Amino acid sequence: MIRDITIGQYYQTKSVIHELDPRVKLMGTMVFIISLFFGKSIWMYLAVTVFLAAVIKLSRVPLKFIVKGLKAVLILIIFSAAFNLFLTDGEVVVRLWKLKITKEGIYQAVFMVIRLMYLIMGSSLMTLTTTPNNLTDALEKSLGFLKVIKVPVHEIAMIMSIALRFIPILIEETDKIMKAQMARGADFENGNLIKRAKAMVPVLVPLFISAFRRANELAMAMEARCYHGSEGRTKMKPLKYNRRDRIAYAVLAVYLCGIAALNIYMGGRII
Amino acid sequence: MGIVRTENLTFEYIRRDEEGNVEGITTAVDNVNLDLQAGQFIAILGHNGSGKSTLAKHFNALVSPTEGTVWVDGMDTRDDAKTLDIRQTAGMVFQNPDNQIICTLVEEEVGFGPENIGVPTDEIWLRVEESLKAVGMYQFRKASPNKLSGGQKQRVAIAGIVAMKPKCIILDEPTAMLDPSGRKEVISVLHELNKRENVTIILITHYMEEVIDADRVFVMDDGKIVLSGTPREIFSQAEYLKRLRLDVPQVTELAYELKQAGIPLPDGILTKEELTAALTAFKG
Ligand SMILES: Nc1ncnc2c1ncn2[C@@H]1O[C@H](COP(=O)(O)OP(=O)(O)O)[C@@H](O)[C@H]1O
Ligand SMILES: [Mg+2]
Repeated sequence: MIRDITIGQYYQTKSVIHELDPRVKLMGTMVFIISLFFGKSIWMYLAVTVFLAAVIKLSRVPLKFIVKGLKAVLILIIFSAAFNLFLTDGEVVVRLWKLKITKEGIYQAVFMVIRLMYLIMGSSLMTLTTTPNNLTDALEKSLGFLKVIKVPVHEIAMIMSIALRFIPILIEETDKIMKAQMARGADFENGNLIKRAKAMVPVLVPLFISAFRRANELAMAMEARCYHGSEGRTKMKPLKYNRRDRIAYAVLAVYLCGIAALNIYMGGRII
Repeated sequence: MGIVRTENLTFEYIRRDEEGNVEGITTAVDNVNLDLQAGQFIAILGHNGSGKSTLAKHFNALVSPTEGTVWVDGMDTRDDAKTLDIRQTAGMVFQNPDNQIICTLVEEEVGFGPENIGVPTDEIWLRVEESLKAVGMYQFRKASPNKLSGGQKQRVAIAGIVAMKPKCIILDEPTAMLDPSGRKEVISVLHELNKRENVTIILITHYMEEVIDADRVFVMDDGKIVLSGTPREIFSQAEYLKRLRLDVPQVTELAYELKQAGIPLPDGILTKEELTAALTAFKG
C-alpha cells in the first residue's frame, strides 16, 4: 500500500502535456479543481470527465499510473461518500434501522466521490508530467511577487523540490524497515488501531534517524556544489512561454467559461 | 606550491553535554602537512575513523581548521570571500550516491552546480553534455537518478562536479557502497578524467586495489599522515599496513608471504604479471 503513493512522482515520456510550460499546468490544475467544485449537474460532470480524459490521453501516461494514486486515499473517499450518503436531508429512498438514505444523499455521495477522485487524478497528472524542478520553478516564478514582502519564495520552492525527490527514497526505506521488523516478528496487520500504531514506532524511529542523516549529508553536498540561495543563480531551463502554452491557456479559458455557462444554464438542477 | 597545501593542520571535534560543557575532544586531524601536486592522481588511505573525511572537508572549505592553514590553489580556506571560488576549484563527491543527488533528472542534476555559480543557460547545456559524455552517462541524461545503479549514480555525481570545471576533484570513499563492477566503473572514469582533462584527483578509499595506479599515496592513521610515497613504496611495507588494519592487495600479500617463506622476491609487487615474472626469474 505504501508504494501506491504516486503523488510527486514523475512519469518519463514524450507528450504535449509533458512539454507544456509548468506554469500552464499549475494554472490548469487550479482551473480544473475550481471547475470541480463549481456546480452539481450531471452535464457538468460529463464535461469535466471529457476534459480530464482528453488531457490524460494527450499526456500518454498510462491510466493505471493515475488510478494507482487513488488507492492511497481510498479510505478518505469511502468516508466522505458514507457521510454524504447518510447525513444529507431530503426525499427518503431507503430506511435502514436508524439511518436513512435520501435521493439527494445519493447524488451528493456520487458527486463527492467523483470530485475527490478527479481532484487526486488531476493533481497526480500534473506531478506525473512535470519534473519536480520544473514544478517548483513554476511556483517560484508565479509567486515571485511575494519576495517583495520578504517571503523566501526560492527557499520554499527548493525545499519542495527536494521533498519531492526524497519521497520515493523514503518510501522505499520505510518498506525495507517494515520488512526487517516483520522478519523479527513485528505485526503491522492485526490488532486494533492503537496496537497497530504502536507497531509503527519501531519503523518510524529508524526512519527519522536516517532522514536526518540524509538531510545533513544532502545539505553538505549542496554546499559543496556552491549552492548559496537564489542570489546570482542562473537557470538551465528558464521558463519561457511558447505557442503551445498560449494555446493551452486559451483552451483553459474556453473550458472554464464553458463550465460556468453550463452551470448558469442549469441553475442548480441536477439533470 | 601544489594545488592543495596544508600546514600544521589540526581539527578537533568538541563534544558537549546538554549544558554546553565540554565532554570530550576528538582530534580527527592531527598536525598534517601536505603538498599535493596539480595533475596527479592522489590516493589517501586509512581505516575507519582515521580522519580521512574530516581532512577532505577541509579541502572544500566545508570545515575550518582548528589550528593551521589550508590553501586550495593559493586561497586560504578561512577566507569567507573565497569560499565559492574554493568549492569551484576543488569539487567534492561523497560516499552515498542517494544523499548527494538533488534533482530528479540526470541532466538537471549535472546542471545544478553550474546554475549555482551563475553560468549562462547555453553554456550550462554545453557543459552538461560534455561532462555526461566524459563519464559515459550521456544516454541516460533524461533518466531519473533513482532508476540508476550505484556506479551510474556516482558517475552522475562526478559529472555534476566536472560540469563546474574544477581543477581538482576530491572523492570521499565514492565506491564504498558499490558492488565490484560499479567500483571499477567509477575508478576507470577517474583515471580517464585525470589523463584526458588533466584534473587532479584526490581519491579517499580503504580499498587497496584502487590505489595501485595512483601517482602518490598517503596513509592516515589516528589523524596523522603515517606513510607517503608511490604505491610500490607503500605496499612494500605490508607488515606495517597490516598493523594499521589495512589489507594489502591479494597479489602483494602472496608475494609477502612467499618472501617470508624464504623465496627471494622484490618488495612491493603490485600485479599478477609482476609476480609471475619474478617467480619465473627465481625458478630460472
Ligand atoms: N560530526 C562529528 N562529531 C564528533 N566526532 C566526529 C564527527 N565526525 C567524525 N568524528 C570523529 O572524528 C574521527 C575521524 O572521523 P572521520 O574523519 O569521519 O574518519 P574517516 O573518514 O577516516 O572514517 C573519528 O574518531 C570520528 O569518530
Ligand atoms: Mg569517512
